[in-house]
Amino acid sequence: MTTKPELLTSAASLEEMKRLIEAGANAFVIGEARYGLRLAGEFNISMIAEAVKLAHPRGVRIYAALNNLMDNETVEMLPSYISSLKDAGVDALVFGDPAVLMAARSAAPEMALHWNAEMTSTNYQTANYWGRRGAVRFVLARELNMDQVLEVKEQTSLEVQVQVHGLTNIYHSKRPLVQSYLEHQDDTDNQPEETGANEQKRAVYREDERYLIETERPDERFPIYEDFNGTHIMSSDDLCMLENLHELMEAGIDSFKIEGLLKSTSYNEAVIHAYRSAIDAYCTAPEQYEFQEQWLDSIKELQNPARELSYGFFYKEQVY
Amino acid sequence: MSIQTKPRSIGKRHRLAKPELLAPAGNLEKLKFAVHYGADAVYIGGQKYGLRSNADNFSFAEMKEGVEFAKQYGAKVFVATNIYAHNEDIAGLEQYLRALEEAGIAAIIAADPIIIETAQRVAPKLEVHLSTQQSTLNWQAVKFWKEEGLPRVVLARETSIEDIAQIKANVDIEIEAFIHGAMCSSFSGRCVLSNHFTDRDSNRGGCSQSCRWKYDIFEEDMPMFSSEEDKFTMGSKDLCMLEYIPDLIDVGVDSFKIEGRMKSLHYVATVVNAYRQAIDSYMADPEHYELKQEWLDDIHKAANRPLNTGFFYDTPGAEDHIYEPEEKQAPYDFAGVVLSYDAESGLAVVQQRNHFKPGHEVEFFGPHGTFFKQIVNEIADEAGNPLDAARHPLQHIVIKTEQPVKPMDMMRKRVRP
Repeated sequence: MTTKPELLTSAASLEEMKRLIEAGANAFVIGEARYGLRLAGEFNISMIAEAVKLAHPRGVRIYAALNNLMDNETVEMLPSYISSLKDAGVDALVFGDPAVLMAARSAAPEMALHWNAEMTSTNYQTANYWGRRGAVRFVLARELNMDQVLEVKEQTSLEVQVQVHGLTNIYHSKRPLVQSYLEHQDDTDNQPEETGANEQKRAVYREDERYLIETERPDERFPIYEDFNGTHIMSSDDLCMLENLHELMEAGIDSFKIEGLLKSTSYNEAVIHAYRSAIDAYCTAPEQYEFQEQWLDSIKELQNPARELSYGFFYKEQVY
Repeated sequence: MSIQTKPRSIGKRHRLAKPELLAPAGNLEKLKFAVHYGADAVYIGGQKYGLRSNADNFSFAEMKEGVEFAKQYGAKVFVATNIYAHNEDIAGLEQYLRALEEAGIAAIIAADPIIIETAQRVAPKLEVHLSTQQSTLNWQAVKFWKEEGLPRVVLARETSIEDIAQIKANVDIEIEAFIHGAMCSSFSGRCVLSNHFTDRDSNRGGCSQSCRWKYDIFEEDMPMFSSEEDKFTMGSKDLCMLEYIPDLIDVGVDSFKIEGRMKSLHYVATVVNAYRQAIDSYMADPEHYELKQEWLDDIHKAANRPLNTGFFYDTPGAEDHIYEPEEKQAPYDFAGVVLSYDAESGLAVVQQRNHFKPGHEVEFFGPHGTFFKQIVNEIADEAGNPLDAARHPLQHIVIKTEQPVKPMDMMRKRVRP
């Protein structure tokens, strides 16, 4: 019997959270756009408190997303926000800006901290650096390959979190790029459309709602959306490490993240269920573990045909 | 967006400190010209750990020569070690940083904590400046890095004048800000388009500038554009703060950084020359400072992208991106470098850097007041043989100049109206 890795995911709402707990998720990252980046839904502080009440009796952990790049205005609000997160009973703060570390040291010194800078969390010495400054978990960049992931795990005593499923962010700008593009069109159009320049920024909820296509890659659709934090472009494929999950489990990776952003609850449910099955099967009897094709089939049934399931960068060589 | 918007009331009014003008240098020659044209410091790339893996980049021997050259002008040399390292990049880091220290490099510009910490441990004479790749936007983060022992932070390009004022009011640390050049339209370091499109790791120097490509954008599977409309892009106009030098000095920016390790010698000299004059002029007499149109005109002689003020005053909008298909060509081409001048005969020896011939309109410029236009008269090679054109790269050409010139002055020729 091995220690079970955590199965961590996002939630768009308390309702989705309930269903994903049922499906087998045992940790969630939630929060609000002012403090957190690319969240599946908005959870204000009272909803976070409710989420904790829902989660804790079921042995489920709640992590608060504070992984935004903070501006001066937000920095002023961090100490009180962190205090209220502590009062709400969250289990950890997820951060990527040292300002959060500074605020947490005074507002909640005993609170667990997870370092998550997404694309820039790339080596074990950096993991250990943030570990010495109080982080207990290191969230790995999705652009690493399997050897690099395993080496980080070997070389750090921090918990290691790896995304195993879903889309990933590939570009984040503070600029409202879609809105600017529409304004540019209005400027050059003879007959501007009704909606356009003054259209309110609106949330995008699905991966196929708005997307980019690059001329030489007509089959790849890159979801794009704008929110409080600017413009986000997402991968055209969905990472899926289900078939190879045992490689990560053998290495003792502590937490597997399923990204549920821009996906339907039923899709997320199927994905969580499939990974739950694989984790449980492996942990019950690692020696006898065998991947079951039906786990993957249950995901494929609901997979958007325009989006490939891929291994991301796990088995790729990149140059520079 | 005018000079009146400067937040003079924020923070304590203090005696103006003269900022450092920090220029890029893609190779040794560019370093020498950047320093000669007035840069107080230059930043370069070495063979490893930098974000421009396609640039020339310096060997240690070239670094030493660059440092020696800069020293004569009282200028410093910094090295960009601004990648986010992967595990396998760590081997060799200590030796590399020690070699930089030994070469007399004043500072490294780093983002990855492993590089920061290793430098502090093995090469304590190297200052560590936090790279813009850390996307630092707020004073608490700046304070964190100060407490970590860093004397300087290069802010995110998303910070405004007002943000800088707040940071300066809260933390006693050197602040470096990009004031000119190309910009990532993403938060720096928060873009892996190249990784996805070309398998090139952007955060280790492999950026393939995919943000400047053109894209089709769809909503609910319907195109959000018509066939005759410009395509969607993330590509940004270039930054130019030349018109707002007083705002930047007043708010206390300690180092004015020009982007462009991949840019040409002509570009670097032109841009440094313009900013040098603006800074010196403002510092000499802030009350009576006036922006000179010729400085701005000069910038446009070397720049090929439209310019804007980035995030300093407002979040960029539609007018700050480049949707049009073609970038405008600069009206001038670099044509030659002055090697020597004989006052008696009025003849200069110019090293050819581009084709020119009698009849061409050229402009001489340099850091110590050289600035005039003329039509090229008769030209000859050094042996005195008349030439109908200067066609050979680096050939020494004798040319009569209408005003005195100095070695390292440059000659550009007008190529389009």
